Amino acid sequence: MSVTLSHAEPSIAGVGDYIALMKPRVMSLVVFTAFVGLAIAPGHLHPVIAVTALICIAVGAGAAGALNMWYDADIDARMTRTQGRPVPAGRVTPGEALAFGITLAGFAVVTLGLLVNVVAGALLAATIAFYVLIYTMWLKRRTPQNIVIGGAAGALPPMIGWASVTGGFAVEPVLLFLIIFFWTPPHFWALSLYRAQDYARAGIPMLPVVSGEAETRRQILLYSLILAPLGASPWLLGYAGPLYGIVAVAGGAAIVALALRIHRNRAQASEKNAAASGAPRQTHAASKQMFAFSILYLFLLFAMLLVDRLAGPLFGQVGA
Amino acid sequence: MNEDKPEPGIRLTERQLRARRARSIAIAVSLGLLVILFYIVTLVKGPGVLHRPL
Repeated sequence: MSVTLSHAEPSIAGVGDYIALMKPRVMSLVVFTAFVGLAIAPGHLHPVIAVTALICIAVGAGAAGALNMWYDADIDARMTRTQGRPVPAGRVTPGEALAFGITLAGFAVVTLGLLVNVVAGALLAATIAFYVLIYTMWLKRRTPQNIVIGGAAGALPPMIGWASVTGGFAVEPVLLFLIIFFWTPPHFWALSLYRAQDYARAGIPMLPVVSGEAETRRQILLYSLILAPLGASPWLLGYAGPLYGIVAVAGGAAIVALALRIHRNRAQASEKNAAASGAPRQTHAASKQMFAFSILYLFLLFAMLLVDRLAGPLFGQVGA
Repeated sequence: MNEDKPEPGIRLTERQLRARRARSIAIAVSLGLLVILFYIVTLVKGPGVLHRPL
């Protein structure tokens, strides 16, 4: 009796494909915010341990990215923005992405727990679990609040950085968490305004797809109005100096101005259905500006916190 | 005996062989770096490496 065995096609995945699975651009923002959380925390951490913590956080973020790409391969294949990713493009099999993600997550969490501290390790594990189980598997395909609640995963890295030094929590890292948490919705909804067709084709219930553009613009404005004072709160509460305060107030004003511009374009957006040919391009320009500036805004806030903490002793600032 | 008979099993193409070699090197480098990391941290922490309060 002969048995025919079917073999999977041998992999052609290169090292670059596995790096792409880790979403290096997202990872860079995660590492930066975690670094700021680590740098502003009170106490001393040996540089080698600090670098170890950041490597573990980076690898943990990469693991979450790989697991996200494993689970979302079907919808990634239907969106222009994501169809070139390694799994939908066929360069990495879903099984390989899953194994890669689980292996990285295990190594990152255990190494952070063993070499830095258990609290930081547990927080990293919770972040990965939240991103994969709560956001990717549960919320993303079910509710337009997906990125609001799921944004908590992206907001946790500064707390992991802080916990790496102190082994606990405080008000400051919670403020950083809240800043990123309230930054996420206007940032992603600005993107989803000009990618709405992509999301609709993939069946993802992003806010513009479910509630329409007008409601999305209103929500962007509401979240921006919360974000602007929240961004300045480390200065208002005395955790950061005036340099941070100036940048946070100016950046917050710019975010609100951009959100107002997007909101004002509501009428033009609704007119586009009545064949107003110039309107869509104009409204999308505002959304694209909001998306790009929101990245710069978050970067500036965290960079200024870092500068404030490093320069604080020189100027005797409150945040030192 | 037929010496022209191909060997049983999967024959990898040049591209697959190159990709596998690159992946193997990456795994070896990663594991090597992990060993070095644990070694250096052990030196830095000294006996404290075994002190792990919850």
